[in-house]
Amino acid sequence: MSISITALTYSYGLGFGNALDKLSFTADDAEVTAILGPNGAGKTTLFRCILGLNGSYGGKIDIDGKSAASLSAKELAGLCAYIPQSYRGVFDYTVEEMTLMGTTGSVQPLSSPKANELKAARMALERCGIAHLGQRSFMRLSGGERQLVLIARAIAQRSRTLIMDEPTANLDFGNQTMVMELCRSLAREGYAILLSTHNPMHALWYADKAVAIKNGSAIACGSPDEVMDEQLIRALYSVEASIVQTEKGTAIFPGRDNV
Amino acid sequence: MLSANGKGTKTAVIWLLAAFLIVAFAVSLTMGRLNVPIAEAVKILLSRIGLYSSAPQRTWSDQMEKAVINIRLPRITLACMIGCCLSAAGAAYQGVFRNPMASPDILGASSGAAFGAALAILMGASSGMITLSAFIFSMLTVLLAMLIAKRARGDGVVNLILAGIMLSSLFSAGTSYIKLAADPSNQLPAITYWLMGSLSGTRHNTVYMAAIPMLAGCVTLILSRWRLNLLTLGDDEARSMGVNAALLRAVVIAASTLITAASIASAGMIGWVGLVVPHMARKLVGSDYRRLMGASMLLGASFLLIVDDVSRNLTAAEIPIGILTAFVGAPFFIYLLCSRRKPV
Repeated sequence: MSISITALTYSYGLGFGNALDKLSFTADDAEVTAILGPNGAGKTTLFRCILGLNGSYGGKIDIDGKSAASLSAKELAGLCAYIPQSYRGVFDYTVEEMTLMGTTGSVQPLSSPKANELKAARMALERCGIAHLGQRSFMRLSGGERQLVLIARAIAQRSRTLIMDEPTANLDFGNQTMVMELCRSLAREGYAILLSTHNPMHALWYADKAVAIKNGSAIACGSPDEVMDEQLIRALYSVEASIVQTEKGTAIFPGRDNV
Repeated sequence: MLSANGKGTKTAVIWLLAAFLIVAFAVSLTMGRLNVPIAEAVKILLSRIGLYSSAPQRTWSDQMEKAVINIRLPRITLACMIGCCLSAAGAAYQGVFRNPMASPDILGASSGAAFGAALAILMGASSGMITLSAFIFSMLTVLLAMLIAKRARGDGVVNLILAGIMLSSLFSAGTSYIKLAADPSNQLPAITYWLMGSLSGTRHNTVYMAAIPMLAGCVTLILSRWRLNLLTLGDDEARSMGVNAALLRAVVIAASTLITAASIASAGMIGWVGLVVPHMARKLVGSDYRRLMGASMLLGASFLLIVDDVSRNLTAAEIPIGILTAFVGAPFFIYLLCSRRKPV
């Protein structure tokens, strides 16, 4: 069991209501866990709580059996890595420098990365199939390549849990597929992967577990094939949809009559 | 554009910058009203630190030795130190505020120093006291900005910058009022001249006094150079990679403020160096602070040294260095804006 969340409750302040309300679920090793939910459901708040960026919260978050609230930034970084949405930074770094930043947890406070860290960074780039981009500028990569670099950076961090905030946002179909395939193959290697997505079909196709969140609470949790049905789509997104089994897998179509 | 061995090239650039600084330093020793050949200047310097024996016969005059050791050496050394510090502080501020337009006076360090100096001149203080007063007010202004930002609600970094802008304008108003109250025959020109920045009249003592805070600040920045990279990604990402972003930012701001205050206090207002030099360095070695910090320091030292050479040798009457850095800095910055690197 990698991440265990019990009755997590969080509010951004009086008068804001609860962004998270008694949310409970677990994300296990060697599995992809997909968080589904409409905008404002609390997906980002959940990630921020896990990463210790939101201060105190109600309930409990355990990572590998340790209470996340009691861990220092460095200890937390050793247990789980965060992969933000692909973005353009202020200053331009090379891909290798960017990946190397993930190794900072093993670098002494007043020191710089040494040969060991460089090796870890290069292996991570290799694992993501972008070793050839090492000396290229991060800002001038395509969105898909940037996402791969951020994943490589998280692998270089050498923690077994990866948290991804909408890894396929703003990516074209090819890059979405490539990133999701990489997520699944990393899970098969033992990583616990917790990701959020706005595409319910990604949960069906790539995830081992789906957690549907609405108004800060989990309204469904389990194997995607079992929990994802028309009612759930309607409850989450307020639209009618049909879920259709085909020979090549399951697909979701908008509307009721397209079957 | 970068080749596979791009990193080796970038490291070589740093050695070249160091070599250039040494040559510029030696050449600067020869410049001035009294003609001192470069070989003599270097020999005088080496004999002073015991690396060259003047026996059996000395090839230079006492006058040369006096000019080089007592007048040119302290001034040249201080120019290098200040250029190094302002550039290092600028590079550090740009990183911690994730803002390429940040410069060492972003938190009000310059305005505070100006107010402190003007106040001391108004009270008829000695030049040592003027320096001390400028230094203290500069540090106080930044401390105040940090306290205000801590009390304010919302984004800490934005609050800090806003607090710096407000305090800057507050202290500028204070300086204006002091100018109004100052004796127009001697105090007012002294304040005006101080505000323009100058290295003239630098003695060994000035160098020693400035060296202590400058060394402390620069060493701190050099040691935190790797983690500065993570701050440029934002606090959340830095934290998720195990860095205590708030603590690191406070340490870097403290070190940068220390060296900025020491620079401005000992030479007056010298603008543009801290904004422009880090960008020049970034063009040469990239954004990675492991190389950028050292490159900014070396380049800044050479830059201010050369500008000061021009300042003291171009015309018979010295041109205040603050005016020259603006003349060089502003056009260069416009050039940078217009010549963004082309895509690979």
